[in-house]
Amino acid sequence: MSLKEDLETIKQTGLQEVTAASDSKALNEIKVKLLGKKGPITKALRGISQLSVAERPIVGSFANKVRDELTDAINEKQTQLEREILNKQLASETIDVTLPGNNIPMGHPHVIQQVIDEIEDIFIGMGYQVLNGPEVEEEHYNFEMMNLPKNHPARDMQDTFYITKEILMRTHTSPMQARALQQHDFNKGPLKMISPGVVFRRDTDDPTHSHQFHQVEGIVIDKHITMADLKGTLEVMSHKLFGDKFKVRVRPSYFPFTEPSVEADVTCMNCEGKGCEVCKGSGWIEVLGAGMVHPNVLKMAGVDSQEYGGFAFGVGPDRFAMLKYGVNDIRDFYLNDLRFLTQFD
Amino acid sequence: MLLSYDWLSDYLKINLSPEDLGEKIERTSVEVDSVFKRSDGLKKLVVGKILSIEKHPDAGHLNICQVDVGNDEPQQIVCGAPNVEVGKKVIVALPGARVGGNIKIKKAKMRGVQSNGMLCALDEIGFPKEIVPDEWKDGIYFLPDDAKVGDEIYSYLGMNDSLIDLDVTPNRGDMLSLRGAVYDLGAVLDQKVDFDETSEPSKGDEFSADSIKAEANESLAPIYQLKVVKNVDVKPSPLWLQIKLWNLGIKPINNVVDITNFVMMKLGQPLHAYDLDQITDHHLEVRKAKQGEKITTLDNQEHELDDVDVVIADAKKPVALAGLMGGLQSSVTAKTKNIVIEAGVFDPVLTRKMAQKELLHTDASQRFERGVDKGNVENALNYAAGMIQKNTNGIASKDVVTGSMETVNPVKIAITVTKINHVLGTSLSEADVISIFKRLGFGIEKQTDKLLVTIPTRCWDIKIDADLYEEVARIYGYDNILSTLPITTTTEGGLTPKQKLIKKSRQTLQGMGLNHAISYSLTNADKAKMFMINPSEETILQWPMTNDHSVLRMNLISGLLDDIAYNQARGVVDVPFYEQGRVFFRNSNDSRPIEVEHIAGAISGSLFSSTWNKKSEQVDFFEIKGIVAKYLETLSLKDQISFVPNDKIKEMHPGRTALIKLGDEIVGFVGQVHPTIASQFKIKQTYVFELDLDKLINADKTEQQYQIVSSYPSIKRDIAMLIDQQVTNEQIYAIIKRRGGAFLKDITLFDVYEGEHVPNGKKSLAYSLTFENSNETLKDDVVNNAVKKIEKYLQEELKVEIR
Ligand SMILES: [Zn+2]
Repeated sequence: MSLKEDLETIKQTGLQEVTAASDSKALNEIKVKLLGKKGPITKALRGISQLSVAERPIVGSFANKVRDELTDAINEKQTQLEREILNKQLASETIDVTLPGNNIPMGHPHVIQQVIDEIEDIFIGMGYQVLNGPEVEEEHYNFEMMNLPKNHPARDMQDTFYITKEILMRTHTSPMQARALQQHDFNKGPLKMISPGVVFRRDTDDPTHSHQFHQVEGIVIDKHITMADLKGTLEVMSHKLFGDKFKVRVRPSYFPFTEPSVEADVTCMNCEGKGCEVCKGSGWIEVLGAGMVHPNVLKMAGVDSQEYGGFAFGVGPDRFAMLKYGVNDIRDFYLNDLRFLTQFD
Repeated sequence: MLLSYDWLSDYLKINLSPEDLGEKIERTSVEVDSVFKRSDGLKKLVVGKILSIEKHPDAGHLNICQVDVGNDEPQQIVCGAPNVEVGKKVIVALPGARVGGNIKIKKAKMRGVQSNGMLCALDEIGFPKEIVPDEWKDGIYFLPDDAKVGDEIYSYLGMNDSLIDLDVTPNRGDMLSLRGAVYDLGAVLDQKVDFDETSEPSKGDEFSADSIKAEANESLAPIYQLKVVKNVDVKPSPLWLQIKLWNLGIKPINNVVDITNFVMMKLGQPLHAYDLDQITDHHLEVRKAKQGEKITTLDNQEHELDDVDVVIADAKKPVALAGLMGGLQSSVTAKTKNIVIEAGVFDPVLTRKMAQKELLHTDASQRFERGVDKGNVENALNYAAGMIQKNTNGIASKDVVTGSMETVNPVKIAITVTKINHVLGTSLSEADVISIFKRLGFGIEKQTDKLLVTIPTRCWDIKIDADLYEEVARIYGYDNILSTLPITTTTEGGLTPKQKLIKKSRQTLQGMGLNHAISYSLTNADKAKMFMINPSEETILQWPMTNDHSVLRMNLISGLLDDIAYNQARGVVDVPFYEQGRVFFRNSNDSRPIEVEHIAGAISGSLFSSTWNKKSEQVDFFEIKGIVAKYLETLSLKDQISFVPNDKIKEMHPGRTALIKLGDEIVGFVGQVHPTIASQFKIKQTYVFELDLDKLINADKTEQQYQIVSSYPSIKRDIAMLIDQQVTNEQIYAIIKRRGGAFLKDITLFDVYEGEHVPNGKKSLAYSLTFENSNETLKDDVVNNAVKKIEKYLQEELKVEIR
């Protein structure tokens, strides 16, 4: 047999062995056996010297070709084996992707705060400032400056926690009207502000009363602000808070610090105006008090009530939250039961 | 205040159902609480006639009555009332009837005897006990003899009248009478009102002045008048009058008292009738009570008086609490022969104070507090006297005795149509405005550039032009006013930097897993002063409702611990909370506290609950410290903050609490709640922090400036050391930072170990240091030298053993 034929045989049997190799280890053994220093190709190449000068390069290059072919086959087989192993491994790594993800801690904002934030955003968008007033007020600001002199029957509407004769827990956010009016420089333009905050009433806590709750006061004072502007403003707020399909109506009411005074009703959320138990059949829910700022309030704050006027309103975020989410006990807002709080995102 | 639909209909043509009328009133005048009939919810109540009565064989107090209810056979009904009487017309609840309280009447056996229905007392058919006349308090009610057997009973008792319950605001005292309501609705419905209040002329030729003297100070009673009626026959009022009163919620007493109440409800003027012969020296005076005087009022309550009280007194003693209620001793009873009627106006403020002091809020005091029509006092007095004369066969005197009489002038207000439109945003014409004022019955005088409006005294709460805008708005209709938005020069809306930081603080803490709590600012004395760094006087309410809400909080943590307790008591174990709000510190010389914004957190359990693949971890000191540090980092305060061990806050674990300092100033603390406090609150192990948010907001923030990210590689070196246990990380950190040189960018503690292989009293710490030069590649020996220098100072200053 010629050397070339030997090489051909080595190649054929070698390729068969490579194909048959079942794992990397077997393949490696084949590799060593075929291509190693003691392997048949090395041996065959050593026999080249015995060939004629003319044959040497032909057989030599053939031998190299055989070695390259075997090397390629081994590498290819190696890749194939590795891929099979990887696939097997991946298959074994399969998980139930429908299992729940990890608990990433994330706190919830308080539902009252959400309502206040919403109201703030609405009015900031309309060019209002946000002012925060003191929670412990002087009786003078809480009552007198709001046109509620001593022994005024309307003081019955606001039972008060007194600290001293002159100092009290504010019963409403309205004193910020007076403070803002005093501080505002009308030469620089109109006063447009809201004032959110916590207020206090000397009430026994029950499902509809809380000795602590929240209010957002609003006031706009300029040279020509009308009752129609008040209606429009309240409509914008209600539409943004509750939705466009909710209608707003106003009707006469009484607050010492506004004249005329109105109360505003919004379409009942529960029955959408058809009439139900929540709205006592009327289809309307009372949501806030408002009115044109009383000239006495302007005068006492040093504002010329002949030249300037405007509207004020006070809304209750607690009540809004109760209506919006169907909460029927105001105390739920202050118990901080996580099972309650985490229902609101 | 109840309004009778039937009574209104005597004066107005009402084409609206009672419900629609209620709606109309609500949209134009005052709020309406409800519209109802006294017959609502009742069923199968008919007129019966008792044909015979026989004693129940086994129960002495029961009677077996045969009652004609209009069927062929009489109905057998067992009745326990003491006043059953043959021949009387009675209220029969037939089997299947509904009586008061939504109770259903069924056929039944009573002690073995068949009873097919029930004979009813007034309170059994839904009359509130307080309006049932005393006469009918303890027995069944007798209907008029001419009531038709088998008829429904309602019309006989006025129970089909619709009653409109008004919630009258303080400015609408005029709506507390039929007269006021009729005038108001006349304007609303655009009907001319003819409210006849002419009194019946006095028959007598005697003068009141001969029988009674009156004396009153205008500051106590601006108007005070009396009129005498003699020879009255006091007895129960006719049914029509009783019906009128009980429908309005007033208990019929006798014809004299009932007429004074009737006139109050009709004309709005509270009146009182005294038994003239019980008035010592026939002299009545309005005066302040003397300390120690006493009076027993008609409701049988004794009042001890002082100078808050204003009384009507005869020559010897108080006989009435002015404007509230008459005295028992001089009250009109069946024995009374001669009476004196009093009509006055009492000072609203004094009346209010008195009603509050005596806890006596009456129909009269309610009216005096809101004011009454000062122009109609004498007329109301004459009207009542005429009516009493007619209904009691008495003889009214010719005159009225006057103790005081303030001059009453109608208010005149100048107004322009332009201003009305300017305020309301309407475009009413002068004719529109005049027509509205005419509907309201106001006088109008056209002047060159304005209208002069004269307000009748019955609208005493209208005093200034703004009051007239309201009248125009409500009669014109709020629905007819457009909806617009204010047109002003541009204003810039937005939050202040402080408000923004507070909002951001909330969002940051929520992002780290804490839930926003809102607790009460009023707490109890103990909790108010817990968890404080600096001493402060407490601020206490004068008249708290409960001790639990009697003192202003000086910390937020105690509220959060209450919240944790509430949750853990209900099986919610993992409770992470934060709160942002004010606390109240007070200097001993001030009565008003200083309000400081605080922010606090409290975590018990873990930040997240275990899931199928991840076990939750109990929050420890370092978790909450991490939260605080990260939060302060978001406020750009990282570099100025330090944590200093502290064992002085007695509600905190002495070994696991750190003060938080901003530069040299203490701004808060973080740590574990003392176990005894935790058990006092009934909560599990809890970690908390509280920060003075105002101080954080006002602090100079680290300027945020962009630094080029170095394109040269950084080099990391670790330093491990053995050191005395008392030496803190803070001390080591400070030295490394101070001595690390210009290229030291970061120091991270990555290992703390004590125990096996570490000598007693020592601990092992390991830091990873990162060096970086943004201008060129750092050379190893530069870093090596820096590390050597650090090690040298650590050895020198803290005696550490580098490992
Ligand atoms: Zn509804």
